[in-house]
Amino acid sequence: MYPTTLKYTKDHEWVKLDAAEATVGITDFAQSQLGDVVFVELPEVGREVKQGEMFGTIESVKAVSELFAPLSGVVTAVNADLGVHPEQINAKPHEAWMIRIQASAPAEADNLLDADAYTTLTT
Amino acid sequence: MLRVIGAPTLSALTTSIVPSDIRRTEPLTLPEAESEAAYLDRLRTVAARNQVWRSYMGLGYHDTHTPAVILRNVFENPGWYTPYTPYQAEIAQGRLESLLNFQTMVSELTGMEVANASLLDEATAAAEAVGLILRVRRRSGPATVVVSDRVFPHVREVLVSRAALLDVTIITGDPATMALPADLAGVYVQSPDDHGALVNLAPIAARVHAVGGLLAVGTDLLACALVVPPGEQGADVVVGNAQRFGVPLGYGGPHAAFFATRSSFVRQAPGRIIGVSVDAHGRRAYRMALQTREQHIRREKATSNICTAQALLANISAFYGVFHGPDGLRAISTRVHAHTARLAEALRAAGWQQTNATFFDTLHITADRATIGRLRESSERRQINFRYPGADIVQVALDETVDESDLKDVLACFTEAGPNAALLTAGEARGLPAEMRRTSPFMTHPVFNAHHSETEMMRYIRQLERKDLGLDTAMIPLGSCTMKLNAAAEMLPVTWPQFSRLHPFVPASQAEGYHQIFRELEDALATITGLPAVSLQPNSGAQGEFAGLLVIKAYHGSRGEAHRDVVLIPQSAHGTNPASAAMAGLHVVIVACDERGNIEIDDLKTKAAEHRDKLACLMVTYPSTHGVFEAGIREVCATIHEHGGQVYMDGANMNAQVGVTSPAAIGADVCHLNLHKTFAIPHGGGGPGMGPIAVATHLAPFLPGHPLAKTGGTHAIAPVAAAPWGSASILLISYGYIRMLGAHGMTRATEVAMLNANYIKARLAASFPVLYTGAHGRVAHELIFDLRPSKARTGVDEQDVAKRLMDYGFHAPTVSFPVAGTLMVEPTESEPKEELDRFCDAMMAIRAEIEDVATGRLDRSDNPLKHAPHPATDVTASDWPHSYSREQAAYPVPGLRAHKFWPVVSRIDNPHGDRNLMCACPPIEAYEDELKA
Repeated sequence: MYPTTLKYTKDHEWVKLDAAEATVGITDFAQSQLGDVVFVELPEVGREVKQGEMFGTIESVKAVSELFAPLSGVVTAVNADLGVHPEQINAKPHEAWMIRIQASAPAEADNLLDADAYTTLTT
Repeated sequence: MLRVIGAPTLSALTTSIVPSDIRRTEPLTLPEAESEAAYLDRLRTVAARNQVWRSYMGLGYHDTHTPAVILRNVFENPGWYTPYTPYQAEIAQGRLESLLNFQTMVSELTGMEVANASLLDEATAAAEAVGLILRVRRRSGPATVVVSDRVFPHVREVLVSRAALLDVTIITGDPATMALPADLAGVYVQSPDDHGALVNLAPIAARVHAVGGLLAVGTDLLACALVVPPGEQGADVVVGNAQRFGVPLGYGGPHAAFFATRSSFVRQAPGRIIGVSVDAHGRRAYRMALQTREQHIRREKATSNICTAQALLANISAFYGVFHGPDGLRAISTRVHAHTARLAEALRAAGWQQTNATFFDTLHITADRATIGRLRESSERRQINFRYPGADIVQVALDETVDESDLKDVLACFTEAGPNAALLTAGEARGLPAEMRRTSPFMTHPVFNAHHSETEMMRYIRQLERKDLGLDTAMIPLGSCTMKLNAAAEMLPVTWPQFSRLHPFVPASQAEGYHQIFRELEDALATITGLPAVSLQPNSGAQGEFAGLLVIKAYHGSRGEAHRDVVLIPQSAHGTNPASAAMAGLHVVIVACDERGNIEIDDLKTKAAEHRDKLACLMVTYPSTHGVFEAGIREVCATIHEHGGQVYMDGANMNAQVGVTSPAAIGADVCHLNLHKTFAIPHGGGGPGMGPIAVATHLAPFLPGHPLAKTGGTHAIAPVAAAPWGSASILLISYGYIRMLGAHGMTRATEVAMLNANYIKARLAASFPVLYTGAHGRVAHELIFDLRPSKARTGVDEQDVAKRLMDYGFHAPTVSFPVAGTLMVEPTESEPKEELDRFCDAMMAIRAEIEDVATGRLDRSDNPLKHAPHPATDVTASDWPHSYSREQAAYPVPGLRAHKFWPVVSRIDNPHGDRNLMCACPPIEAYEDELKA
């Protein structure tokens, strides 16, 4: 069920790589564990992140989780719509993107999981 | 009951539950139990040893008139003081509305955007304000906080000592003029300040903001009615004490402190925040919002270790605001200020040196020592207390109780001591310059403008009270909360004037009655815990944890082992434990628990050994949070001691220990006691509480001190609370509990608490699996029912059962703590067999409903469990869309015909409330729309 076009982290983020531009969100597994998402705290555009570094938090009624950058780079865009409609993350987790990163080391993607490996991790 | 359980006698049952190596063999040596009548008679003589002088000492505490309609219908009313924290919002709409009124009142008076539902006291609120500043503004690396040199001394000590644990540099000075450091995180100032002067905050805010810092302000709520409030001058956080809004002084508490901030910082705010949401039918409904900030979810990353508000006191203050309304508050504030201005004018005319050019209610006067000495004598002759911050200074802080004759008496003290002064009929408008006078409206909402007669007020209070389920209605079987009887005879003395009207900083000679009670209570708690030294200062269990950890740190420090900073905490711990450890600047290492819920001793030994050079302590709850007396506890404690650590016992489950074992017997060095659990202080609908700590002899020197009173050890740590003996007036309740039950009564209470829990287990184990048991298959004083198998089979989960219990007239047990998907039940010793049976019958009926879902007799989604609770408006509506009957919805068992408690809203939509955050009274249009709908 996990799209093969995406790569995944062990911390349940997905990333879509388009040349050096990475689009990042959280997986269906992550949203189902959190329950109803009520708030997402995202970084400012221009912030530099390192692979594995925390870039924000996501909050449901009963839990808070940290969000980790799947790749190093500079944040180029933030999905402001999630501020108003965080429930999109529950409805369409693999479309409700959070940030875009201009990856500084795209080869880091080799450290990420593919759909099969992620499915194994979560079942 | 014993027959149902299968135990021959009560003592045999106890013996089978409590491990033999920790069991107490001798009875507690405590004074003989007194009858209620004898106790109250004797207490009157103790009360007479307190002297109620007029205290014009200020320091954030002022005498007040508690309106009689509020005293009788709220403060002294079990409908308001016996409910629990409003986790089950559907049966707590009354106090949630009142707490929302409190938040609205505070945010509008202070000029801020949002306020929380109260904090423990002003000093800890100030420390929390600095905590918020650091969370918002601190980048990695060093940070500095500037604290004004005109902050109340006790607030300052708490604030500075707490900030020091967060690795922050504190600079003291005048933030209006001093150079602000480059790494400034923020500034804490007070206005009216420690000298009573009003501070021009706007220029300070501009300076602080210019260098990227935040401004926190301590203020006086009554002053805010008359003076431009901090929020209109650029403050980012505003805190203070709401006590003078109708809450008696009580020699230090309990009172409600307030905390207000900007909307953009709300997720960084500490404590409970009440928010508006909707129920399943779209009706407005209140609930606690943004709980993910809090310790029970976020543990060591929480915004604070605070678990509780001061709900009862916040509600009293909110009702005070509702009763007086904005015009009334303005009138009170104006009168207090006018009295002060007249006094200032009279003193000035007579040649006294009154040095604060601006003021609200406090005058700072300097004179030579001899004159001050004479003033002290003349005021003592009149039984009046002023504040003497130095040998050549006197401060006078007036309050709403001051009338013309009081004012004359105050002046007479001065006249007798120095230059002759005469009272003028009207004071000049001195002290409050025109540009500092508030012009903006506040409390314009109808709720603050509609209940100004006693008739209306009484009915409004009653209307809210009826929406809530307290112990006056039914058992509240909340596991780990110990919702026992708060006996009326224990409660009565709290509002006696000899106890309620004492300012916390009067000389000890005026509080001999209180000090007798403190001594006797400390002795009793030392006997019960086996730990010989006690501090009554901590205002809550969480604050007790914090104090205990600091005592342990100080002990290690005194032995040259200040590097010991690792705390071992079992997986099953309350969230407050790691949150308190983080606040104390300690590092948390988690110890695993096995599938029976016990600490994995091998893992503990490994981790204790691994961290032996840095081990500070273990924090352990006993009996465990799973309601089991772990047999290996002595080995656990010995292991910690072997590796140089101390053992901190969380006293949450002390109700299973009193008289049958003790913290000392298991090997603990420190414990806190939740007096609001085991020792009968009511929960107040979400506060107050008290969390004294008891410590072993080697830790006694470090018990917390206080800058304004003699208390604590010889090497005392800084105070953890604003008042030297915490919320002194409610200590009377625990004192009464101990004196009226005595050793035998309390031991029997412990045994009956365990009897009741095991009786419920015996009756319900066939219906719901019980998760953890100890030796002989018994539980201690509480037990956990596992709802996960039901959920897997039928979709009915622990929330559905919790909400369905409301239809049966019960408050739910603790939901999903300590294990997700479970209900934890603690009946306490107070519940009669009939009530236990009624509860068990309800649970069995619910089990039958779950089975009906399983077999398909009830629909998987349209069933009385999923739609619970059912308010009368739904059950009586013309439209009944459900496949089950109205009768099954509202009267599932016949007993309800005799007595039915109706929830007033259906299931509340929690995500909606957190996504559309609203933390103040909704605008009036919202009410009009609802009535039309």
